Amino acid sequence: MKISVLKEIHVDEKRVATTPDVTQKLIKLGFDVIVETGAGVGSNFSDESYRQAGAEIALTAELAWKSADLVIKVRPPEQNFALGCHEVDLMSEGCHLISFLWPAQNEKLLKQLAKRNITALSMDSIPRISRAQKLDALSSMANIAGYRAVIEASALFGRFFAGQITAAGKVAPAKVMVIGAGVAGLSAIATAKSLGAIVRAFDTRPEVKEQIQSMDAEFLELEFEEDGSGEGGYAKVMSKEFIDAEMALFAEQAKEVDVIITTALIPGKPAPKLITRAMIESMRDGSVVVDLAAEQGGNCELTEPGKVVNRNGVSIVGYTDLPSRLATQSSQLYATNIYNLIEEMSPLKDGSILVDMEDVVVRGATVVNQGEITWPAPPVAVSAVRKPSLGGQSIVIEAEPSVPVKPPSKVASVAKSSLLPMLIGGLALFGLGLVAPPSFMAHFTVFVLSCFIGYMVIWNVAPALHTPLMSLTNAISSIIVLGALTQISSDNPTIMILSVIALLITSINIVGGFSVSQRMLQMFKG
Amino acid sequence: MTSSLITVSYLAAAILFILALGGLKDNQSARRGNLYGMIGMAIAILVTISAFVTQNHNILIVVMVIGGVAGFVLSRRVKMTQMPELVAILHSLVGLAAVLIGFANFLDPSVNLTGVEKTIHEIEIFISIGIGALTFTGSVIAYGKLSGMIGGSPLMLPAKHWLNLFMFIAVVVVGVQFVGAQNHADAFILLMVMTVIAMLFGMHMVAAIGGADMPVVISMLNSYSGWAAAATGFMLSNDLLIVTGALVGSSGAILSYIMCRAMNRSFISVIAGGFGTTSGSKSTASTEALGDITEIDIAETGRLLNAAKQVVFIPGYGMAMAQAQHAVSEISKILLAKGVNVRFAIHPVAGRMPGHMNVLLAEAKVSYDIVFEMDEINNDFPEVDVSVVIGANDTVNPSAQDDEDSPIAGMPVLEVWKSKTTIVLKRGMAAGYAGVDNPLFVKDKSRMLFGDAKDSLDLIIKAL
Repeated sequence: MKISVLKEIHVDEKRVATTPDVTQKLIKLGFDVIVETGAGVGSNFSDESYRQAGAEIALTAELAWKSADLVIKVRPPEQNFALGCHEVDLMSEGCHLISFLWPAQNEKLLKQLAKRNITALSMDSIPRISRAQKLDALSSMANIAGYRAVIEASALFGRFFAGQITAAGKVAPAKVMVIGAGVAGLSAIATAKSLGAIVRAFDTRPEVKEQIQSMDAEFLELEFEEDGSGEGGYAKVMSKEFIDAEMALFAEQAKEVDVIITTALIPGKPAPKLITRAMIESMRDGSVVVDLAAEQGGNCELTEPGKVVNRNGVSIVGYTDLPSRLATQSSQLYATNIYNLIEEMSPLKDGSILVDMEDVVVRGATVVNQGEITWPAPPVAVSAVRKPSLGGQSIVIEAEPSVPVKPPSKVASVAKSSLLPMLIGGLALFGLGLVAPPSFMAHFTVFVLSCFIGYMVIWNVAPALHTPLMSLTNAISSIIVLGALTQISSDNPTIMILSVIALLITSINIVGGFSVSQRMLQMFKG
Repeated sequence: MTSSLITVSYLAAAILFILALGGLKDNQSARRGNLYGMIGMAIAILVTISAFVTQNHNILIVVMVIGGVAGFVLSRRVKMTQMPELVAILHSLVGLAAVLIGFANFLDPSVNLTGVEKTIHEIEIFISIGIGALTFTGSVIAYGKLSGMIGGSPLMLPAKHWLNLFMFIAVVVVGVQFVGAQNHADAFILLMVMTVIAMLFGMHMVAAIGGADMPVVISMLNSYSGWAAAATGFMLSNDLLIVTGALVGSSGAILSYIMCRAMNRSFISVIAGGFGTTSGSKSTASTEALGDITEIDIAETGRLLNAAKQVVFIPGYGMAMAQAQHAVSEISKILLAKGVNVRFAIHPVAGRMPGHMNVLLAEAKVSYDIVFEMDEINNDFPEVDVSVVIGANDTVNPSAQDDEDSPIAGMPVLEVWKSKTTIVLKRGMAAGYAGVDNPLFVKDKSRMLFGDAKDSLDLIIKAL
């Protein structure tokens, strides 16, 4: 199968769908890779590096599109003004396409693809289950966006992020507030933190509190009980009261902080307006707001998508292409995500792919299958528990089946099984009582009771003290010395000598046992 | 001294012994417990000497002083890593003493019993010498194995179970004849025969048990030394011996049970021995298929530890062999000073005897509060950044959980592979004492640091 990698034609898009390294891995999987000339230039990958990795370079876009069985891209196909036609029309019939497609916003595009009998997988529709994490391009891009947001903010901000005490005076650290602690938010927190800023973060989902705190940032809490966790680990729309409380918190914080980074998104809805004009006006001159939700309308009232504007002395960054501004990194991660998807779909590793609609991950990603629109996919059952992680990656784990309760019949069988030995023991005691003389029975009683005392006492011993227990029991079991002592005065020389030897070795044991126990227990003092 | 006074003194000694064992419930009361034990022993010995010893006082004192000094020197010289050997050899002394006292009692003409009492007394002598003899030789073999004088691998005689059974039957037959013997000389020969068989039995039993089962063997011998004392007590009609023997016997039995449970093995299967050898050939074949290991160097280990917030050390017998406990303690202190949450996880059968690792860590002055039992810490591994496995193998083997065919299947293990990174310090890729391959080493998150544990850890200290 031939995989074509296209040069992105979207304005200012610098990313590319594969890197030379990944090209090599694709070839190892049995694919032929064709790269349009100049595809990697924006991400600093030359045609030569692709060629060395084993790819063929297509000199025109048309050639690359036409010869492909599978096209991999970053942006959805769009009108190519240079060629005067839509990219979809450049594809051969029945071809496969993997890219970001945003099916909810691009219904028209889906229809176009269906008409051309194309099978299209959308990287943004991969279900968020743990198995699919390595394909999760949204997380990869969000991670980069969060990092870049802080870098953009620091470039516009007139001061250090970290506090310093210099010969020329003291510099206070910058205060950064991050709204929304998803992948992008956590990445922003980590980056701002590593630049030395004081970081506070807010999220409607209480379970992310730990993650925020694990990164040494402060979690801003509302005096309000409402869980904002929605399906798939995303946030949901909150009640009016909650939003009011939230806005009051932001208004208060806006007066204090130097940088606000907003990442609040609700799937399928315009971004919530969280930073009002009044809040911007209350911020200090020179402050920066970075709005990662600019593409979906922005979390800030004054955001202009794609631009940096200065309102009232506050810079508001509305870039919608933050991942593209770190193109080499983004391309690397995106290429790996795509590679993992292709590998998943190529179980035979023979250079062909299989669109297995039974596979939850492939099913979720497939938005058009051989000319038939298959979007949206049925929801995947996940419990949206996010586990704390240091890398700023969000992890969604699949619901585990509950452990079946043990059947009660086991208890009955245990009772039965302990009954039999007791019966045997009872009979044995009875038999002993029939024949044994009273003097023996007296000793026997002492013996059995002592066994029980031992049993009760030993279970209370701390496991850490098992070694001292052994040396101590060893010492006291040399009480056997009494036997030697009672016989040492015998007139019979043999008995006397035997006793003397027994006395010698038990003496070693008594002193040695107690002394070594003492030595060990001294060490356990702390 | 009146007999009531003796009884009261013995009662006091018995109570002091119980308090001594009870004191071991925590480390504060433990030292007081040891003191109770010493007082109890002193009372018992002094009372017995004043009541029964009528002559040979000089010999008695000389012998006790020699023995006492020898014991004291031994106890001060022994290294904490050699504690299992010491305990084994002390057990053998109790066993030997039981044999000697039994024979002395048998030869004692002053004992004149008739009828059932005589029979019972003879059975008591027989049992007391028998248990003593097998404790003696068993402990000697255990000492040899622990100190490396005898190879650690189990001795696999053909038809060994039949051999055991045969020896047991022989002992019973000899016993019946002994009790029925008319003449003292015949009885003596039978007693000697039985002693020899019991000694062989003890040797064979311990020789057939593999190195990994040593904690069970040591606790078992501990138990036997108690039963030997109790049997001697019956023989001498001495309640203090019976009480003490029963206490020690049940203590050892419980320890054996705890150790068996920690390995998910029945007591019988441990005694039957030969653990690990049956699977040896099969598992070596599968080593190749396991996958690739990832090595790590000292500098990288240092970096990982420096970056971690939660670190858990998992010591095993390898730490004891390399005498690395002080280096581990040093590292834990450095990390603690940096605010890292450092803990130690101890598997119940880590090392060669119950509580072995705790003693070593205590010797190296690792704070008692950060040392945790398996059950206390096992659920925390997913949050741990770096787990450092020092010379442990079978106790951290994931195949105990996910490979039903594994010889250690079902054994509770420390789930170190759930932590974010696992660093395994090891001398080489040899399998553990159970002879089972460990898939932990080839897991994605595992890093192998080869070399002597102490050398590696000393270098890590520098890297930190």
